[in-house]
Amino acid sequence: MDVAIVGIGIHPFGRTPARSGLQQGAYAARLALQDASIQWSDIQFAFGGSASAGSADALVNELGLTGIPFINVANGCATGGSSLISAFNAIKSGEYDIGMVSGFDKHERGAFNADPKELGIGQWYGEVGMMMTTQFFAMKIQKYMHDYGISTDTLAKVSEKAFINGSKNPNAWRREPITVEEITNSMMVSNPLTKFMFCSPSEGGVALVLCRADHAEKYTKTPVYLKAATMKSRRFGSFEVFAPSQALEQVDGPTVDASKAAFEMAGVGPKDMSVMQLQDTEVGAEIMHMAENGFCEHGEQEALIQSGATHINGSLPINTDGGCLANGEPIGASGLRQVYENTLQLRGQAGDHQVPGDPKLAYTHVYGAPGISAVTILQK
Amino acid sequence: MSNQVPIAEGLFTWPAAKPALLGSRCNQCGIVAFPVASSCMACSGQDVTAEELPGRGTLWTWTVQQFMPKTPYNTNETAETFTPYGVGYVELPGGVRVEGRLTENDPQKLRIGMDMDVVFEPLRTEDSGEEVISFFFKPVE
Repeated sequence: MDVAIVGIGIHPFGRTPARSGLQQGAYAARLALQDASIQWSDIQFAFGGSASAGSADALVNELGLTGIPFINVANGCATGGSSLISAFNAIKSGEYDIGMVSGFDKHERGAFNADPKELGIGQWYGEVGMMMTTQFFAMKIQKYMHDYGISTDTLAKVSEKAFINGSKNPNAWRREPITVEEITNSMMVSNPLTKFMFCSPSEGGVALVLCRADHAEKYTKTPVYLKAATMKSRRFGSFEVFAPSQALEQVDGPTVDASKAAFEMAGVGPKDMSVMQLQDTEVGAEIMHMAENGFCEHGEQEALIQSGATHINGSLPINTDGGCLANGEPIGASGLRQVYENTLQLRGQAGDHQVPGDPKLAYTHVYGAPGISAVTILQK
Repeated sequence: MSNQVPIAEGLFTWPAAKPALLGSRCNQCGIVAFPVASSCMACSGQDVTAEELPGRGTLWTWTVQQFMPKTPYNTNETAETFTPYGVGYVELPGGVRVEGRLTENDPQKLRIGMDMDVVFEPLRTEDSGEEVISFFFKPVE
């Protein structure tokens, strides 16, 4: 049984002091229901996640108590991707006809603060000051720049593009372009990455209505089909966040594994994709994820990014809604934002950030601690 | 001399004439882990033996932490007295790549591939006067 996305809703990302995270989730859920022209009572099941804004299943208090199974999902930055896979499989199994995936969050300002004990690492690791995702990303791109000749200017160009795209997206948080010079000269956070090269924790909500593909026309004139949804965790030897040690022999990370599995499931390849949303927790992540997901060879990013290929009108449009860099990262909602954006793109409804040329296939990728990745491929 | 205690039991030999980091080697597949683990992440084997890791290796990658982390970061620093610190992975030959703080925080003086020694130095002093010792990697002069 194929699966279609027939309703999408979003609460603008950024800071909304007037609404709780849960209310932002409910706002997005109502828009998704409206988009599919259905009522909450038509929904047969839901999967949802939120890291800092309470249990996702508390959404029923806002939307109505209808007795459906609403399962909470918690998988760090891959929470949205994991919820989506769960819903995808629930419909593919034939058990349900229509359901909802929800993700929302509301984080404190400042860097995420992880607890070593929750991840099975000794307290000493945090006490000495290594429990920082920012350090991992900095060290990974530092090594990558050394091995593949990526320049500091190229790092800044990724941020520049993100803020240009954000300025075209009414739901983005950061809506002002920032120059390469300002990005490079902003406060150094963790060498070689500066403040404007990182995304920040933020707020927002996204909801999607999914149904059996053969029912899709009942709900929308523009169904988008979920051709693949995969999720992988790290294998021994991959270089991951929050690791007190690493194996001497390196293997491919979970992104490569999830990507290969998704292309295989959908029966298509990287060259078939018209638009992609790749986890850009910071600029290095976007650069490395381009190659890890198969869109170029390692090292080719330098020329591609310098030539503008990753812009909306380029040959390889990446993070067309501004990505995490311009939207911030509400953990529960972030992965679903990518799917929301790709659905808009395939429907041709992305407005100022629409890619040209009637896109047919679109790709999303998330990566999260402590080494997990989820990928989707959407088809018109 | 004040009393010195290790930041965690079993992370390195302490006190010792020549202290060393402690890892565990899997007796089934030979893979080394740091810190000592009760099972092997590579092959799931549970027959592991603790061993001392080499004291010198090469810098595999690095960064400098430029702002003071929130708790559980625990030193005697305040926002005013915080000093940026280097962090890196050091490849210990025949063993494993270990993540640790670096004694050097000047990006100009750090480069991938340089030789590093493991050293054991105070991280903080407790109210009781006890010095808490941790491990650091120091560029070889």
